Amino acid sequence: MTSLSFALAHSLPEVILGAGAIVLVLLGAIRGRDSDGPMTELAVGILGLAILVILLGSKTNATIYDHAFIDDAFGRFMKVLAYSGSLVTLLMAQDFLSKAKIDKFEFPILVLLSTLGMSMLISAAGLIALYLGLELMSLALYVIAAFHRDDRRASEAGLKYFVLGALSSGMLLYGASLLYGFAGTVSFAGIATALKGTPGLGVIFGLVFLMAGLAFKMSAVPFHMWTPDVYEGAPTPVTAFFATAPKLAAVAITIRVVMTAFPGITLQWQQIVIFISILSMALGSFAAIGQTNIKRLMAYSSIGHIGFALVGLAAGTQMGVAGVLFYMSIYLVMVLGTFAAILSMRVDGKPVELISDLSGLARTDGAMAFFLAMMMFSLAGIPPLAGFFAKFYVFNAAVHAHLYGLAVIGFLTSVVAAVYYLRIVKIMYFDEPVGGFDKAAPVLRVVLAITGVLVTFFFAYPAPAVDAASIAAKSLF
Amino acid sequence: MFGFGILSGLVFLPLVGVAFIVALRGNDEASVNNARWAALITTLVDFLLSLYAYSKFDTTSAAFQLVEQKSWFGSGLVYKMGVDGISMPFVILTAFLMPICIIASWQSVTSRVKEYMIAFLVLETLMLGVFCALDLVLFYLFFEGGLIPMFLIIGIWGGKRRIYASFKFFLYTLLGSLLMLIAVMAMYGVAGTTDITVLLKTVFPSAMQKWLWLGFFASLAVKMPMWPVHTWLPDAHVEAPTAGSVILAGILLKMGGYGFLRFSLPMFPEASAYFAPLVFALSIVAIIYTSLVALVQEDMKKLIAYSSVAHMGFVTMGLFSMTEQGVQGAIFQMISHGLVSGALFLCVGVVYDRLHTREIAAYGGLVERMPLYAVVFMVFTMANVGLPGTSGFVGEFLTMLGTFRFNNWVAALAATGTILSAAYALYLYRRIIFGVLEKPALKAMLDLSPREIAILAPLLVLTIYYGVHPAPILDGTAASVAGLVQGYHTALATVVKTAALH
Repeated sequence: MTSLSFALAHSLPEVILGAGAIVLVLLGAIRGRDSDGPMTELAVGILGLAILVILLGSKTNATIYDHAFIDDAFGRFMKVLAYSGSLVTLLMAQDFLSKAKIDKFEFPILVLLSTLGMSMLISAAGLIALYLGLELMSLALYVIAAFHRDDRRASEAGLKYFVLGALSSGMLLYGASLLYGFAGTVSFAGIATALKGTPGLGVIFGLVFLMAGLAFKMSAVPFHMWTPDVYEGAPTPVTAFFATAPKLAAVAITIRVVMTAFPGITLQWQQIVIFISILSMALGSFAAIGQTNIKRLMAYSSIGHIGFALVGLAAGTQMGVAGVLFYMSIYLVMVLGTFAAILSMRVDGKPVELISDLSGLARTDGAMAFFLAMMMFSLAGIPPLAGFFAKFYVFNAAVHAHLYGLAVIGFLTSVVAAVYYLRIVKIMYFDEPVGGFDKAAPVLRVVLAITGVLVTFFFAYPAPAVDAASIAAKSLF
Repeated sequence: MFGFGILSGLVFLPLVGVAFIVALRGNDEASVNNARWAALITTLVDFLLSLYAYSKFDTTSAAFQLVEQKSWFGSGLVYKMGVDGISMPFVILTAFLMPICIIASWQSVTSRVKEYMIAFLVLETLMLGVFCALDLVLFYLFFEGGLIPMFLIIGIWGGKRRIYASFKFFLYTLLGSLLMLIAVMAMYGVAGTTDITVLLKTVFPSAMQKWLWLGFFASLAVKMPMWPVHTWLPDAHVEAPTAGSVILAGILLKMGGYGFLRFSLPMFPEASAYFAPLVFALSIVAIIYTSLVALVQEDMKKLIAYSSVAHMGFVTMGLFSMTEQGVQGAIFQMISHGLVSGALFLCVGVVYDRLHTREIAAYGGLVERMPLYAVVFMVFTMANVGLPGTSGFVGEFLTMLGTFRFNNWVAALAATGTILSAAYALYLYRRIIFGVLEKPALKAMLDLSPREIAILAPLLVLTIYYGVHPAPILDGTAASVAGLVQGYHTALATVVKTAALH
């Protein structure tokens, strides 16, 4: 039995986000104006405060709210990443939204609510909390996918995302109900104790449906179909948001579910993870080669990267989980940097999205071309950039767990993936220039420069990120 | 400084030059010239630093020297640098060739000069790092990182089919390297560390050795390059700018041989003995087949590229004979090839800068207009053939001597390769230098400029000096090679003994 103040102390970040969202809604209603005004700044402040609370707050672990919510090092790590993703995308969005004349005050509020959902998802200690967090996150995402409501592609993206998302929620709920039926409890720890020994067919069914629902949120193959269309159709800052924070949350809860609810049946879920990992890596690599739209390319790239991250999870060890956490933190930096560059792609005030628009960028804007090239090499996993170390850690875990076949397939697909990352470098550096872009907003330049430096010089001082990831992973075991 | 030693200074000094060039503003003639001078001074200082490192180096010891170590990643991975007799010559070779490359590009590179110099300086850091790293992951980092600048050098400043060549180069090498990376991870799993000095003492189970050996072979054979995975090399050479070709032939190819020496032979002795026939077969095919291919080339650079593959065949053959002569010969051959093929590519660059074609048929009778060039080109052609008195002879002779002690047939077949190399090299020389000077474009050609003399003279001197007096290189490597060969045979003997006991 824990006191309310104890519980509140351990869920302080969520309380801040929730209260902040409510205050912003009221503020927006009282102001009576459509425009964004100071709302983005306030939302960024709230997210920053939440990050600070986690970084400076207590480092003790606790399960609160009647075993529904867990506050541990793993959760704190992922929350900091997810909040940072939301924060940076909010900053980057402002300029784009105001130029597109859709800078409504609801946008930062929806991002905040979605982040709150992620936070609850990351900390969920039972199936009901998982579902609540997932839906809170997703409903806000459906709305912002269609935020540019006069744009046909954006509306289509929102609707598609919503319909498929509803389907996946249904599958997830069905799996959860089966698990509840067989285990008699919704808490992960309870399920783990109930499922000692050989699992029955019903449990496996439940597991498969649950994983299907989660794979949808991670956009892992074969539940990735929505990704390219939604990434392409949604306004670019929204795409940047989709590719970062919600993905981190989905990966986090997948790790937590399989590690805390099914540690006894590792062999069963491992097969599923290996299967979706191989398919995601392969599809992400091959399908991206022919793309001409950079947002669509990033969609396939993100599918591939989920596949790589899952290689670490497939190992099923503490080392593997640490690898995934490390991978996701570097992935976050790389994707934010890449989207900062994509958001800077404007010609005569209009955003452009074709890869060929980048032609000869090295000569029209050397700094942007350099940092984007570093992002591409890093996404391809070439040393000495950060992306290499991310891959090294997940594959190292897989090799240690004797998953040699998975490692070999993973590396082969990453050679294929290198083709399209190199193609972007080729277009920027080898091709003739086609004019160049408008001057990008300062915030985009800053984000690109900071992430670029982080990715390029990561090798110089890697210890903090590696240590934090392994401490976070330890709390699950 | 900051607790780092000479080797770190040597490896990272070029990055200081990079920082300086990045800080240069503007694209006018003056700042471009500053970039050139900054690159030249950086590489020259780095070369002096490498000589200083050599002066601190004890050639009588087989141990790793000038070792420095720092914690890097939390577990297992360390930042560790050090050199022994095997890596020291390559460090000096790299530092020696870099200023030559910078001067060679002084006038021939006119577009995006700053980026060009930055790419070369970054490449120098990565190449020196490969030879100095004493941690396997650190080694891999430098080894693979070199792909990025080289990809850009070929792709931006290359010839007509530069995009095809750059992608082929990148993807071929990447594919091989990633298989090596899996082997690295597996070794990490067994030994719990990637410190090379520890791994050298680790005995891997015999079945595992074979897989590890194959993983390393996938990468090193591509880098070397060995037949049949050599096809990226002619394309890369032909399209790369002159200095890029020099670096490719002079240093990047040597990383393959260095990898065999540092990892495959000492760490997996059983597997090396097991796979030696395969290596011999591939080496013989490389020596004979690529020499024949070189005979029919129309493009000068392509011809030299194929001849490089053939010469690397001697290297792999000598290495896997695992006799002291063979291994020393292989190292000598690599150093000599670094000088000679680098010089040959520079010679091609000299006429290419004047006529902008590499087609052999476009030339003929150059001796009338360019007598000095004809002499220089002849010395390097002879060194490429392996004429006694040039450095090319020593390497080929020693590798064949070592191989003779191991297997007569292999050595006999390899010897036919030297005849073929004489055929294609002399044929090339005759078609370019001799004959009647009929083509009008050639009549206006000028002989070597002082700048060109300055870059070719040191190479010429060293080629002849090492041909007459090979002792400096052979003595420097002797202790480490003896240690390597001894360790290899002891390891094999132990295996036989334990097998007999069971």
